[in-house]
Amino acid sequence: MSAVSTQQVNRLSGGLVDRGQPLSFRFDGQSYQGCSGDTLASALMANGVRLMGRSFKYHRPRGLLSAGSEEPNALVELRTGGRQEPNTRATVAELYDGLDARSQNRWPSLERDMMAINDRFANFLTAGFYYKTFMWPKAFWEKLYEPIIRKAAGLGRLTGDADPDAYDKGFLHCDLLVVGAGPAGLAAALTAGRAGARVILADEDFLLGGRLLSEAQPLADIAGADWAGQVQAELAVMGNVRILPRTTVFGAYDHGIYGAVERNADHVAAPDAGKPRQTLWRIYSKRAIIATGAIERPIAFENNDRPGIMLAGAVRSFANRWAATPASSVVIFANNDDAHQTARDLQAKGVDVPAVVDVRPDAPEIPGIELLAGAQIVETAGRLGLRSVTVRMANGKTRIIPCGALAMSGGWNPNLGLTCHQRGRPVWDGDLHAFVPGQDLPVGQHVAGAAMGAMSTDAALRSGAEQAGEALADLGFTVPAPELPKAEDAPVSLTPFWHVQGAKRAWLDFQNDVTVKDVKLAHQENFTAVEHLKRYTTLGMATDQGKTSNVGALAVMAELTGKSIPQTGTTIFRPPYTPVAMGALAGRAVGKDFHPTRLTPSHAWAEEQGAVFVEVGNWLRAQWFPKPGETHWRQSVDREVQQTRRSVGICDVTTLGKIDVQGADAAAFLNMMYANGFAKLPVGKVRYGLMLREDGVAYDDGTAARLAEDHFVVTTTTANAVLVYRNMEFVRQCLCPDMDVQLISTTEAWAQYAVAGPNARKLLQKIVDPEFDISNDAFPFMACGEITVCGGCRARLFRISFSGELAYEIAVPTRYGDALMREMMAAGEAFDVTPYGTEALGVMRIEKGHAAGNELNGTTTALNLGLGRMVSGKKDCIGNVLSRREGMNTDDALRLVGLKPVTPAQSLPAGGHLMAASGPVDAAHDQGYVTSAAYSPTLGTAIGLGFVKGGAERLGEQLRLVNPLEKQEMLVEIVSAHFVDPEGEKLRA
Amino acid sequence: MRITCPLCGERDRREFTYRGAALDAPAADDGAEAWHSHVHLRQNPAGPLEEWWHHQQGCGSWIRVRRDTVSHVMLASALAKPEDADGGSA
Repeated sequence: MSAVSTQQVNRLSGGLVDRGQPLSFRFDGQSYQGCSGDTLASALMANGVRLMGRSFKYHRPRGLLSAGSEEPNALVELRTGGRQEPNTRATVAELYDGLDARSQNRWPSLERDMMAINDRFANFLTAGFYYKTFMWPKAFWEKLYEPIIRKAAGLGRLTGDADPDAYDKGFLHCDLLVVGAGPAGLAAALTAGRAGARVILADEDFLLGGRLLSEAQPLADIAGADWAGQVQAELAVMGNVRILPRTTVFGAYDHGIYGAVERNADHVAAPDAGKPRQTLWRIYSKRAIIATGAIERPIAFENNDRPGIMLAGAVRSFANRWAATPASSVVIFANNDDAHQTARDLQAKGVDVPAVVDVRPDAPEIPGIELLAGAQIVETAGRLGLRSVTVRMANGKTRIIPCGALAMSGGWNPNLGLTCHQRGRPVWDGDLHAFVPGQDLPVGQHVAGAAMGAMSTDAALRSGAEQAGEALADLGFTVPAPELPKAEDAPVSLTPFWHVQGAKRAWLDFQNDVTVKDVKLAHQENFTAVEHLKRYTTLGMATDQGKTSNVGALAVMAELTGKSIPQTGTTIFRPPYTPVAMGALAGRAVGKDFHPTRLTPSHAWAEEQGAVFVEVGNWLRAQWFPKPGETHWRQSVDREVQQTRRSVGICDVTTLGKIDVQGADAAAFLNMMYANGFAKLPVGKVRYGLMLREDGVAYDDGTAARLAEDHFVVTTTTANAVLVYRNMEFVRQCLCPDMDVQLISTTEAWAQYAVAGPNARKLLQKIVDPEFDISNDAFPFMACGEITVCGGCRARLFRISFSGELAYEIAVPTRYGDALMREMMAAGEAFDVTPYGTEALGVMRIEKGHAAGNELNGTTTALNLGLGRMVSGKKDCIGNVLSRREGMNTDDALRLVGLKPVTPAQSLPAGGHLMAASGPVDAAHDQGYVTSAAYSPTLGTAIGLGFVKGGAERLGEQLRLVNPLEKQEMLVEIVSAHFVDPEGEKLRA
Repeated sequence: MRITCPLCGERDRREFTYRGAALDAPAADDGAEAWHSHVHLRQNPAGPLEEWWHHQQGCGSWIRVRRDTVSHVMLASALAKPEDADGGSA
């Protein structure tokens, strides 16, 4: 298997490959040589390799069908390790030195594939087989059928390794996007570039020129490839033109936006350091010209899928551009004149063309080549590669012609993909016998060249220039018509012919193994609508979206139903035009970069303390601070709670949302935002505020501190900071535009810390500058003010408490947060101060009975939360009217209560539901549920908060807490939610 | 999609946050039925619709946009609070 084959037995003369730059590569372990300018497909062909893959369902041996991105057969796995990539079409894989490629969907080898047994059972594996066979018994699907099918079917394998490469995203803007750099695209770009428009010219190929690179016929007196090179050279020096080779425009979106993937480094072994492998471009175009050419269609005949049976235009591409032939003798089978050019070009390159089989009785003669007019191919032979074709002559006799390849052509279909992405529907052109773009194109889109049905090179050149002129005239450009070379201008001469009558296994869709017989079966079972046909047979649903197969299958169905092709319908295309790697869509948003990480100003300090962090939204917050000897998180959390309640603790609460509200109508505005009133709040005071949604359900809570008559600072929960700010702006701008009020989010402008515990004031007195009196008399509970700390540092102090202790929140400008934390910890040493994290914060708020996110869960009302009296009846506010709905205000409405296990050692499962002490356990008997639970080191027992129907009146009652998922049941007692300091003496001390 | 912000010009829709149809809210004393209808019983027209977009990643304006929900053609856009365009309070 490791012998080096240096024999490029099928390499021809000429072409656009550089024999001076030989490249080594491997395919299925065998080493080969190719040339710079080759694709994997052309290099394999030059080396005499015809067998390149196995089909999806029947595991039939397959070779190349096409020379481009429409390729259904030759799907390969490229590279190894983290860079391994499945399902790449060999026809678009640019060859580089050291490329390692493997065939797919075969075991143990491409030549001997065990699953080829499927082909023997083809009679059972027809269309609809899965639907019919694996429906019963139902349970077998997941456990038996699906795993077996998944193993047997499928294409390439994913690597299990992480992709080592980077993918970028970028935005581009232009007046005119030209998709495709064939004759039409080049003429369009040249016209627009010379007119001074900002132009982007994108082509999926690594060389510009499109079909010009594949044709031997010159443009006037210059070879097509040379003309393309000249145009490229002129465009390249225009500052207003950007050329994107190796770039697939894969989707047409709203408002002239196109998605494109540029393959920056797929043509080398690995990207240069720091460079991306691919770039996803979002292109904003004012106008776009789709010049994506045409795709040739196969003819369906018996065993038309053998390696060596290819599209005639593709054979011509390989011969002229890549100097390769699939075999030393090639038969042609066609219904049109264009394929005759393949015969002439092959013969000119010294390839034997034994015959041209043309279904048309009046097909034109080709000098020097035998023409079998009115003949059809009825059978082929050669299991792993074509050996011969059987021709039924016009006179009815059959003749076997030995050959290594067959070039077939049923005509050409305009490549419509991007014209359909906004539901544009193609229309049938009776002269071309093909679908062409309809009138309902995406906004700003034009179509030029073969994609719109201008099939000759000359017509393509002219239509490219014309469409560019039209598009740019719309934008106000003066567009001189460029001089274009005279090119071949042969009319399309074709007699429609789709399939050879009587064929049993004649392939339409090569990738999904759909044959003429499958379409007949679909018709027989009345799946005649084109969308049904597609789903029943899986036609066109493979990774190639049926680029080579859809129209042929439609024609067969049309024949069966006795309708015309346009009456039968057409399928349209969806983005992406060709598969896009997930990595390109993800760009740099992978791993830790999936979303930004927000750190509080004292994060570094917390890290030094060995804090354990938890993600809260994008924030990292200290969850607890383990001390030496603490082996379980509960030990740390219990200690933090006890130390805080005994003396003093400090918690970083910077992540709370902070919004500055200023203006003459600031108080009136807050009256509108909050359920409770703020108009009468004195300057220097803080008030708790509850916001409702428009439907009356509780939305968010926080505090509003009045720093001046016209100046408030409000806080929101961490999770809702962005949403509440947006909502407040909505109210300000849309609902109350006449109010004099301004808002700004200051969440990141201030570092804020809770200082809680009996010694909180003593600690702060060492920090706050002495001219500010913060004694209980001068600065009582719910006071607030602007102060200075540490000898003049600006700060804000709020006497508010979430823990139930004597507590303050102190805020300093962000840049002083770290320093303040260190100063406070030093000042607190005398009091055995502890930092505490979000867990201790949570325990203490549950002990105090404060509602948080678990309670404001989007279903609960102010009444449920025990805050019903806060909803002011005297003023209007968001949600006021609907909060008074009868059904939300019944006597047995859920009420927030405290819960304690009857057996003290038990812990409470949050999320558990509450049932009567005896009786059924089901939804109909539900009494409520547990929202928050914790172990209270203060009480020495588990405690919880929850909602119980009519709960305020049921203190002392016992309920069953059930958790059927974990098969838990326990008795709990309803108690006051205020487990600690119910009279609020501590926080007023 | 591209949305025209009256202050910033035509911008990518990823800079904006969608809220929904721009409807006139009932008055405070219109009663629960009117409010229920306003909050819960929304039309979903195929065609032109007035809607609220917030230029959150841009200038912060709330914008009333008239958009065809079938073709996504942006028919008109205006600031909810035109005074903000002057950079000052009302």
